[in-house]
Amino acid sequence: MHFFNHFGKYLLMLRDMFSKPENMRLYWKELMHQCNEIGIRSLGIVVIISIFLGAVTTVQTAYQLVTPLIPKTTIAVIVRDNIILELAPTLICVVLAGVVGSRIASELGNMRISEQIDALEIMGINTKTYLILPKIVAALIVVPFLVIVAAVLGIWGGKVAGELSGILAPNIYNAGLLEEFIPYNVFFAMSKAYTYAFIISSVPTYFGYYVKGGSLEIGRASTTSVIISCILILLADYALAAILL
Amino acid sequence: MIEIKNIHKGFGDKKVIEGVSASFEAGRCNLIIGASGSGKTVLMKCIVGLLQPDTGAILYNENDFIDMNEEARKEIRQQIGMLFQGSALFDSMTVEQNVMFPLNMFTKKSFKEKQERVNEVLEKVRLSGVNKKYPAEISGGMKKRVGIARAIVLNPKYLFCDEPNSGLDPKTSLVIDQLIREITTEYNMTTIVNTHDMNSVMEIGDKILFMHEGKKEWEGSNKDIIFSKNKNLNDFIFASDFLRDAKDMRMLELRGKMDNERNMDELLK
Repeated sequence: MHFFNHFGKYLLMLRDMFSKPENMRLYWKELMHQCNEIGIRSLGIVVIISIFLGAVTTVQTAYQLVTPLIPKTTIAVIVRDNIILELAPTLICVVLAGVVGSRIASELGNMRISEQIDALEIMGINTKTYLILPKIVAALIVVPFLVIVAAVLGIWGGKVAGELSGILAPNIYNAGLLEEFIPYNVFFAMSKAYTYAFIISSVPTYFGYYVKGGSLEIGRASTTSVIISCILILLADYALAAILL
Repeated sequence: MIEIKNIHKGFGDKKVIEGVSASFEAGRCNLIIGASGSGKTVLMKCIVGLLQPDTGAILYNENDFIDMNEEARKEIRQQIGMLFQGSALFDSMTVEQNVMFPLNMFTKKSFKEKQERVNEVLEKVRLSGVNKKYPAEISGGMKKRVGIARAIVLNPKYLFCDEPNSGLDPKTSLVIDQLIREITTEYNMTTIVNTHDMNSVMEIGDKILFMHEGKKEWEGSNKDIIFSKNKNLNDFIFASDFLRDAKDMRMLELRGKMDNERNMDELLK
């Protein structure tokens, strides 16, 4: 029952955020601000994580492929497919659910508790359109971009790790990257990125927007939103794999 | 003018407001007073539309706010200014940006015109020279004044103040009260102040609505309050021995039984 209450309220929130903006220029400014907050401010952590993900995947794949019967280019194939299909979209979005999700939930929760949302309502502003819609749209714009960056850097990280540890030469790695490449995998990764972008922006906005109480509840809302987002990402991961692959 | 008719509001089984009716005239400071939990904040939230009453009518210049469509409501809301208990300033914006926000959202004025208007209202609330400061860098009293400046920047017809003096010292409270009165009279606004500050009641209470356990218990002005025989009102207003003594002295003074020297011996007789 509790679940259906939340789900219904979440759907109503999404429905209500579609209304005519009072001033398009301010909404555009808010959208750009959110793109910066969600995208640019998360870029550092995405870069670090994806390089090391690629590096570790290369080293561990090489460790498992001990037989000389399998060509070394296979390591690059496995790294490439692992990163494009799973690591770049899913793992990066789980990290973003923590970084971006907690920030969104705390920001909106703080605005709710300190009556800033009420102040906007009183002015005649649709707070769902002004506060929630730009966050979701910004996430839909920048998260797929971050996933592409993560995939590129992950594959590059694998190449660097392979060379530094003497596992395989860069030219073999490059040759492996071109072997049996399936462009559909990129479409699949992007489908995941858009789905997760929606989850990691809409779930925290819901928990932050409807927070009640004080600072303790803001913390709880933030934690809950991250947990729920991560669970939903994993469920969506399985569902998308089952449907699209 | 704002009229409320037979407002009822409850949360689950708990009735918070029961059949409150009143009218609030323009150009006067209308106060809603009452103990904590008496329903005054819920009543104010119903009037401004942050909560939907269960039954009743809220009329803004004879237009029913509850039955209006969303567009008409938006229009009314743009004529409302509100000062919140915690000021509700946007933390990430400077004082100037906070006050300019409604102008940015609802007007097509040039930046220079907007800046002139912001400076004008900041001067009105006696806050010149803090334009570039953030809310975290100014005092509680200053935040309230910025809140008032933001509330009046669009020249609203209706001004709502929720506990404008909470957390302020008596002297700063008086400044805020006088500011509210000045703005109300100058712009002929319909002002509704939600308070339990007795200084405000006596200072600006042109019309006072006393709420007790969700019902309207008493209605009058700051001049009538001293003569009221309503027990709940007297228990609330004159809660301390000091205030009760002060009331008795004032009554004796007004009945001519005591001179202005306030002779305690005479009072004790």
